[in-house]
Amino acid sequence: MNPRRKKRLAVILAIVLGIGSAIGLVLYALSQNIDLFYTPSELVKGKGKQLVKPEAGQRLRIGGMVMPGSVVRDQSSLKVSFKLYDAGGDLVTVEFDGILPDLFREGQGIVAMGVLKDATTVTASEVLAKHDEEYMPPEIAESLKGMQHFKPEYTEEQLEGAHK
Amino acid sequence: MWKWLHPYAKAQTSYELAGKLIPWFTVVCCISFAVGLVWGLAFAPADYQQGDSFRIIYIHVPAAILSMGAYTSMAVAAFIGLVWQIRLSDMAVAAMAPVGAVFTFIALFTGAAWGKPMWGAWWVWDARLTSELILLFLYLGVIALYNAFSDKVLAGRAAGILTLVGVINIPIIHYSVEWWNTLHQGASITKFDKPSIALSMLWPLLIMLLAFATFFGALMLMRFRNEILQRESHRPWVKALVMGGK
Repeated sequence: MNPRRKKRLAVILAIVLGIGSAIGLVLYALSQNIDLFYTPSELVKGKGKQLVKPEAGQRLRIGGMVMPGSVVRDQSSLKVSFKLYDAGGDLVTVEFDGILPDLFREGQGIVAMGVLKDATTVTASEVLAKHDEEYMPPEIAESLKGMQHFKPEYTEEQLEGAHK
Repeated sequence: MWKWLHPYAKAQTSYELAGKLIPWFTVVCCISFAVGLVWGLAFAPADYQQGDSFRIIYIHVPAAILSMGAYTSMAVAAFIGLVWQIRLSDMAVAAMAPVGAVFTFIALFTGAAWGKPMWGAWWVWDARLTSELILLFLYLGVIALYNAFSDKVLAGRAAGILTLVGVINIPIIHYSVEWWNTLHQGASITKFDKPSIALSMLWPLLIMLLAFATFFGALMLMRFRNEILQRESHRPWVKALVMGGK
């Protein structure tokens, strides 16, 4: 390579490395704020190295797996409450009044946005389903995981209760 | 070592090579589109959780992968164009940018259409979605910058620098789902591990990926030829080509 090309190569590499490391540092500094949601353990034990805990009344998103058997539905309205868990073993209760997404299932990941009522309870205004990256036909899922999947169903009474 | 490449720095040689390649790309693209779409949309089994809605994966994933692949190729071309000052590389960057931008838009649009029924939201400001949106803006920036200068040598250099600076976004898009908590799920096929998608669903997806890749190749080559003709319009060989008028 002749010297002029070498110089251009060096200049370009310097620009790209410089901007790359600047963006890298920005992202590193922001890394906790880029997270879309708190996990139940982060909510209970605190997040990051300083173990920052959100305060009651704070608006936040919480994401975790729906604890099987923890879903409690109100028979006459759409009110529902369920517990979320994660690998850390902490539980957070989510209360929600509205129609859950189709993919909402026990054992399924969800992300809820709402207000922190007390240390381990979130009153959600929106519940989003988070699915994993595995795709397979129903037969395989059944033999692999031994689970049957079904959509949540609402009774007439429950749907009417939603409009009151 | 690179001697065999040297003739292609000449516009005419590259123009002719592109012309020879286009039919091949077009044929492979048409066949794989037909096979992949019919197989994916009609014959692949429905997903155990998402049912038939998951079939949008056959558009969404290839478009998203190609939107990043196109940008990476642009960055390679821009790098070569800047260091070795090969004008054809700048033309290749300009030829690829609009195609990549459209692929990015397709990925974002199909993603929104998929997110509404499955997640419950058209759009969430999570790291994956946001960084892909930034990719669209980068594409638009490169296109705008290239067209902002009437001196195309200067335009190519400016667009090339922006392309190279923006390439930092590509690993961010890819690893966003691992580095941060996102609503978007992790990678199903673009990882070193075994794909987490059943084989009967994976095959049509790979065929669609080939279809999108060759589609990108064909469109890019056509635009590349146009770009060469426009920028070389004062050269004798272009005049002869036009005047010799077939």
